Amino acid sequence: MTSLLFDVPGPRARRRVLVGSVVAGVVLAAVALVVVRRLADNGQFDSAKWNPLLNPSDENFGLLWRSLWGGLRATMAAAVWAMAFSLTLGTLLAVTRITAAPWYRWLVVSLVELLRGVPVVMAIFFASRVLPEVGIRLSLRWYLVIGLTAYNSVVIGEIIRSGVAALPRGQTEAAYAIGLTRWAALRLILLPQAFRIMLPALISQLVVILKDTSLGAFISYEELLRRGNLAVQTLGNPLQLYLLVGAVFIAVNAALSRLAVVAERRMSRLRAARPEDVINVGAP
Amino acid sequence: MRVVVDHFDLYWHGFVKTLGICLWAGTGALVLGTLLGAFRVSPIPPLRATGTAYVTLVRNCPLTVVLFFIAFGLPEVGVNQSYYRFAVGGLIIYTAAFVCEAVRSGINAVPTGQAEAARAIGLTFGQSLRFIVMPQALRTVVPPLGSVVIAMVKNSAIVGAFGVGGELYDVGASLTGAQGFAALPVLTGVVLGYLAITIPAGLGLGVLERKVAVVR
Repeated sequence: MTSLLFDVPGPRARRRVLVGSVVAGVVLAAVALVVVRRLADNGQFDSAKWNPLLNPSDENFGLLWRSLWGGLRATMAAAVWAMAFSLTLGTLLAVTRITAAPWYRWLVVSLVELLRGVPVVMAIFFASRVLPEVGIRLSLRWYLVIGLTAYNSVVIGEIIRSGVAALPRGQTEAAYAIGLTRWAALRLILLPQAFRIMLPALISQLVVILKDTSLGAFISYEELLRRGNLAVQTLGNPLQLYLLVGAVFIAVNAALSRLAVVAERRMSRLRAARPEDVINVGAP
Repeated sequence: MRVVVDHFDLYWHGFVKTLGICLWAGTGALVLGTLLGAFRVSPIPPLRATGTAYVTLVRNCPLTVVLFFIAFGLPEVGVNQSYYRFAVGGLIIYTAAFVCEAVRSGINAVPTGQAEAARAIGLTFGQSLRFIVMPQALRTVVPPLGSVVIAMVKNSAIVGAFGVGGELYDVGASLTGAQGFAALPVLTGVVLGYLAITIPAGLGLGVLERKVAVVR
């Protein structure tokens, strides 16, 4: 197989790749061995460290898993709300920015630039501290959702806007030509296509939202990571527990990312109609 | 806003500390990420697999979990460092995965014909890399790499939330928490501190992007 950097390897190159593979394999195995030895020397494979996670007859097993399960549910609840709000507000923001008259467009643009530059953790902290000060008292979950939405709706808005901008001009022109109003053209013709071509980017942003729910731990929202922290304090096995928490996040996000890949593959088949596609209709 | 003016030196030190964290973490992440990117495009399967596994695992794991794992897990196996070093290390490990992806996609964006033509006129591997592939790849890499770095600046706030004292986020947390100042002015000051880094960085990136854009 020829790639960008390398031609199809001949016998000499194949030999070199083999030697390189063996050397790299030995080095990687040596590193793995050192890590495992270090872990073993420090008693990280002791059953006392793993039993609460793996052994159903351990006294803490049921308690730990119930606690983590509750944490995962809280994580998912915050993520789903933040995703729903971000998608809705993001679409509204995109539409506003596209249709805004020049005299207030700068307002929308500066709001977007402002919110985009603020760290999410700061937005969450801001919500959790400033909102109660002005008399808006909510449960911790909503501070987290508000903070996440403030940042992500802007990012999603920009994704959708660039999706609309990437559509061929003919789409808008055709919509106007058949008598649609500006708003109807956007709603019926442009937005559906923008969503479709931007689906992979949108899903990546949803993964970001899910990951960022773990910032709720800093405002003591009892999501998965926070439950992990609490368990570490009583069980004293941080390595094992954070490994587990990380694995759960990775599994859920990898599944979501997988969806992005599938979407991308579908997109390359189902693309917005382009002139050459139309011309080719009927050709063998 | 009196509280911000009164504690300006505190904010200033936090700002400088945040910049310092970003400088260390940014340099580290660029080095590690480029190395991993090279792994991912190398012809040697074990290195490619290592790069792919690293990116898949680290990219899907929240930075917060990475930080907790490092700061509380590593002391268990006898690695003891200051919170600051652990935090910078965690930021490097996390950001490197995104740098790696940017580098790899930049290299893949160079049309295969370019490298084939280079080989056809007899350039060696090193020459084709130096004169043909890299100059084009680096230009494609600039915009995504810039976004990665700006995201890293914002992620450095997590490091403050995590307990590295004196950094910008931590200034806000300690003024509103222990010292009991009103949150709105204090945190607005902190937000302005971050915007003072991210907005100019974003504008600079836009200029750079237009300068290095490849016309294909």
